[in-house]
Amino acid sequence: MKTNTIFLTLFFLLVLGAVFLTDCSQRTTQTIVEGDAAQQAYVPPGEYDEFYAFMSGGFSGQVTAYGLPSGRLLKEIPVFSKYPENGYGYSEETKAMFNTSYGEVPWDDSHHIELSQTDGEFDGRWLFVNGNNTPRIARVDLTTFETVEILEIPDVAGLHCAPFITENSEYLVSGTRFSVPIPQEDVGIDTYQENFKGLINYVSVDPEEGHMELAFQIEMPGYNYDLARNGKGKSHGWSFLTTYNSEQAHTLLEVNASQKDKDLLAIVNWKKAEEYLEQGKGQTRETSFYHNLMDESTSIVNSTEVTETTILNPQDCPGMVYFIPVPKSPHGCDVDPTGEFIVGNGKLSADMSIYSFDKLMAAIESEDFAGDINGIPIINYESGLHGILQKPGLGPLHTEFDGKGNAYTTFFISSEVVKWDVESLEVLDRQSTFYSPGHLVIPGGETRKPEGKYLVAMNKITKDRYLPTGPELAHSAQLFDISGEKMKLVLDFPTKGEPHYAQAISAGKIVPNVKKFYRIEDNGHPRAAKGEGQARVEREGKEVHVYMTAIRSHLAPDNIEGIKMDDEVYFHITNLEQDWDVPHGFAVQGATNAELLVMPGQTRTLKWKPFKPGVFAFYCTDFCSALHQEMSGYVRVSPANSDVPLKWGLNNENTTATNMREQAEQQLAQRVDD
Amino acid sequence: MKQLLIALGGLSFVFLISCGGGGETASQSPAATAQEAEPPKADPKGIGEVKEVNLTDPLEESMITTGKAIYEMKCSACHKLTDQRVVGPGWAGVTNKRRPEWIMNMITNVDVMLAEDPQAQKLLEECLTRMPNQGVSIGDARALLEFMRKNDVETVGEKDQAANQI
Repeated sequence: MKTNTIFLTLFFLLVLGAVFLTDCSQRTTQTIVEGDAAQQAYVPPGEYDEFYAFMSGGFSGQVTAYGLPSGRLLKEIPVFSKYPENGYGYSEETKAMFNTSYGEVPWDDSHHIELSQTDGEFDGRWLFVNGNNTPRIARVDLTTFETVEILEIPDVAGLHCAPFITENSEYLVSGTRFSVPIPQEDVGIDTYQENFKGLINYVSVDPEEGHMELAFQIEMPGYNYDLARNGKGKSHGWSFLTTYNSEQAHTLLEVNASQKDKDLLAIVNWKKAEEYLEQGKGQTRETSFYHNLMDESTSIVNSTEVTETTILNPQDCPGMVYFIPVPKSPHGCDVDPTGEFIVGNGKLSADMSIYSFDKLMAAIESEDFAGDINGIPIINYESGLHGILQKPGLGPLHTEFDGKGNAYTTFFISSEVVKWDVESLEVLDRQSTFYSPGHLVIPGGETRKPEGKYLVAMNKITKDRYLPTGPELAHSAQLFDISGEKMKLVLDFPTKGEPHYAQAISAGKIVPNVKKFYRIEDNGHPRAAKGEGQARVEREGKEVHVYMTAIRSHLAPDNIEGIKMDDEVYFHITNLEQDWDVPHGFAVQGATNAELLVMPGQTRTLKWKPFKPGVFAFYCTDFCSALHQEMSGYVRVSPANSDVPLKWGLNNENTTATNMREQAEQQLAQRVDD
Repeated sequence: MKQLLIALGGLSFVFLISCGGGGETASQSPAATAQEAEPPKADPKGIGEVKEVNLTDPLEESMITTGKAIYEMKCSACHKLTDQRVVGPGWAGVTNKRRPEWIMNMITNVDVMLAEDPQAQKLLEECLTRMPNQGVSIGDARALLEFMRKNDVETVGEKDQAANQI
């Protein structure tokens, strides 16, 4: 034991040395981390975190759930990208989730998390996230952490500005990042100014089921719509969207779209839009987009094509849309918890403009306008302004609020988070980040009731924060304690993909509603085997359907014969378990798609095409019990012209004409007769 | 600095574990500790919410129907109606070996039973697969018991022999 202690001490010194050496070239850990930082982020084994943070997965197309303050990765939730780990997008039930008007699109770039709200607070029911590349919005059910719906948005490109939610989840608001010809047509790109248009989209959310529907679209000038927030409290009923490229450039945008000193903030009165819609001011236009929705009882995704959309034109709808100038190339657009202040961040401007909702309304009332664009009035800049935060840092991107009158803004270029007073526009504190933060998140920071205890800065560059892993390093999230006057760095943790935005919610709003398993009694899947007695194999022409059950520690049936070349085999696996955390996996040799991970009480289907005659193994992939290795079986494949009869069984109780339940009943009857 | 200390503390923990193989830590296995403790006294009713079950004759037909349906959905994968052990023990004669309360507690409170009840633990040693918690309600467990009683009549000719076991 003594030698061990000596060894350990030496080892510690080595580690310490390594830490100090690495840090010498940068600001040292001591100057950044102070006091009890580690204890603040430490969540002892067996204890829960206080918050869930949901981070979009960026180019991974997924969403990740982290615990705060520990920074522990709790789950990766597959959304827009197929996921071989559990067969999402590969199983027959979930394939249709990837249907779009472009065909099957198995990947996307996920950007903004929006949790559902009631009365301007998170209610913990659903999570929405956009797919930027193939414009889509997805809904994740927070009782199961599964993606249950994806709605495509037609006639837009780069759905970056999405899916911002209103305070009672009435709408998810989005705008096109890239304007495009509508409808699409083969025109010269240099005809941008005459042919390209932008759309702002309103997707309604069913208050009971969460189902999404494209309610209407507003046709806008061909700018780039970048980010948005909806009003809250007094400004409820209004949406605010930043736009850049008001120059309407179409090439070398980094120069040509940065010509003007100011771009525009679009201001939409969506309650007015609803009135116009009611009055029939909308024009129906033919289009094509897909709506993919999971049926709760069968857990099968149904995909439908929608061929019409309703467009509102601001020229026909006075009082529906306004513009106001905003500093050069704005990115973030954030509304404070009171609903009074709207922060417009010009990423290429040294100043930040903070607008007052009351002043905007007064300016609209008195028609205090400086002209119009295509019939959309432009409010005089000074008239709508609460004030200007002068030179708070370089490259302001996003702002969140702590509910105590303070705002926190990330500065991409100067790599810092700056805390400032929303009312007095006074800078209160600044802390360095490592490096180049994009979004930041405070639990509830964009609702009416933020929980201003922590702030997470989501950094784009991570040099020197973690052990090197080749040219690419994990992106870093940095947790700050913001409960005091000064922000305090508490923790770094790596993230998946390049998360763009996150929202964080009190764990108490989610934990009580989380499902532990799917009730087998409620399994409405048409191919479910609800009990081992229903396990069987049926031939339907060239299709062979295997109704298989899984429970610790066997699959039934586990011997299948009579499959022929040219058959298509569908393995329908029902997990009979009714217990938390006992999924069963299913993998079959020569599968060209994926494996399955079947949750307790759920049925999932893997399609398998025999590739040569022989006997092939299948097995459970998720370690489930001491006899997990034994949870396996064989499927025999015979030549197409062979006459091997269809046969299946378990424990040599092979069955041909009758199913296993009948056989069991016969045995029982026989015993009674004896 | 404290963050670092905790990280180092974590490291030392790893080291202690990795060098504990042949050292004094080896004697501290959970099994040894269990042997030293007073062996728990077996309660023939098992452990759980079910304290008293009233058995009636004749058998309740509607409960048998419900019990059979639950058996087929949630139990038949591991329990046969004969005395053959597959993954779990066969059900033939179970009501002659166990009190009705024990059976229902085993169904509805399986994790606690496997952790604390000596009879349940003995079965786990034989079967080596933990009986899953199948989310069966107390009412449904009662229906399963009725189905077991009927099965015992049909398979071994007598039922409820352990009903009053002390």
